[in-house]
Amino acid sequence: MTNQEYNVLVKSKSPNSKLGVNMLKAFLIGGLICAFGQVLLLLYSSAGAEEKTASTLVSVTLIFLSVVLTGLGLYYKIAKHGGAGTLVPITGFANAVASPAIEYKSEGQILGVGAKMFTIAGPVIVFGVMASVLYGVILWVWQMLV
Amino acid sequence: MITRIGRSLTIDGAYIHSYAAVVGKKEGEGPIGNEFDKICDDTTLGQSSWEKAESTLLKQAIDLCVSKSNVPVKDYDMIFCGDLLDQCMGSTMAVRSMGIPTIGLYGACSTMAEGLVLAGLCAGAGVTNHALVTAESHFCSAERQFRFPLGYGGQRTPTSQWTVTGAGVAAVSPTASAICIKDVTPGRIVDMGVTDANNMGAAMAPAALDTLVSFFTDTATAPDDYDLIITGDLGQVGSEILRDLMQREGKPLGANYTDCGLMIYDRDRQDVHAGGSGCGCAASVLCGYLLPRIENGTLNNVLFMATGALMSPTSSQQGMSIPSIAHLVHLTHA
Repeated sequence: MTNQEYNVLVKSKSPNSKLGVNMLKAFLIGGLICAFGQVLLLLYSSAGAEEKTASTLVSVTLIFLSVVLTGLGLYYKIAKHGGAGTLVPITGFANAVASPAIEYKSEGQILGVGAKMFTIAGPVIVFGVMASVLYGVILWVWQMLV
Repeated sequence: MITRIGRSLTIDGAYIHSYAAVVGKKEGEGPIGNEFDKICDDTTLGQSSWEKAESTLLKQAIDLCVSKSNVPVKDYDMIFCGDLLDQCMGSTMAVRSMGIPTIGLYGACSTMAEGLVLAGLCAGAGVTNHALVTAESHFCSAERQFRFPLGYGGQRTPTSQWTVTGAGVAAVSPTASAICIKDVTPGRIVDMGVTDANNMGAAMAPAALDTLVSFFTDTATAPDDYDLIITGDLGQVGSEILRDLMQREGKPLGANYTDCGLMIYDRDRQDVHAGGSGCGCAASVLCGYLLPRIENGTLNNVLFMATGALMSPTSSQQGMSIPSIAHLVHLTHA
């Protein structure tokens, strides 16, 4: 049996993720998080915060709640069902920073928490910053031309 | 006395005279939970890190096995130990105070069988009078080494397996007892190009096939000649593939075939996807469930074959395929 033939056999025996159910759950849980964010925005706005300040406060609140849930060991239980629905909102990013910070505490504050806090979220920051620089340059060139 | 036939080695004079298995809470809640010597409901085992917890788990199993054997620690002349952690730290930390010559092993989930192969050969060759074989794993220390931090909100694929929190220890001696190590077949590394570290069962099944077919050829026996053929931890996917491959070889596996990774958890109830894995899986099922049954004669003729996926986090990140191995130990009621 060649590796290619074996690969075909493996595919036939390996169950696939339940795409339909997973997408529905991601939509519902992700949607709930976003709707909750919207409720917070309205609350902060009605309390007198300007729109820009209110949206910053929403992000801060969601990050705070995500970190608390991670610390209590509840976030991964939600994320198991939420998938991309919990990964894509800012809550996913907060969890990706908080979980290694908690996990690697046993290796000390510097080489543990400090060095490993960004093992998962690091690439998001690196490529996020690179992308914003790239778009900034494109915008700058565009404005020079037009 | 050891005789070689093909790849297999027949041993005259290797017996298991004591054994113990200690597991975590989830394993204790599984279908064979009441078979283990001890269940640790606190998965930290009162320690400050998961690695220390894993070592403590093994230490408890070693202490139990030694006390059951009625052989003082100082009379053991070799210990074969291994686990999943970098530099086999889990087992070396557990045995460092024992003062026994130590052979550290790395065979991933095949470690228990690898240790039994070596201890059996040493006993058969008259090299050791009393040897210990140990293997253990801990879900939390394995997760942080091979995957993600525990609190990270990721999703597991349906083919992924759950690392067993458990330790198994067996004492091997040339002095006759009820459990005989009759034959061993050391595994060869087999790699059929599987790169998905979340489908280890599929990576390991061809290694299991290779060893099993070699053993049947060497001994001129067939699957039906055994009370039980049990693989280490191929899980649901790997064991189905092995059945398929054995069918193609003309040596179909019947109802007497099962897998430690399928026995230790209830897959419907315990959310472990394709089943259990880790060094502690085969080790704890062997020492908790199988050996008592071989000792009392419920099982007379058993093929215990633990399988190992020998990748590392580095090799997986570099896209390399998974080299796999399967060591077979033929155990009989004597």
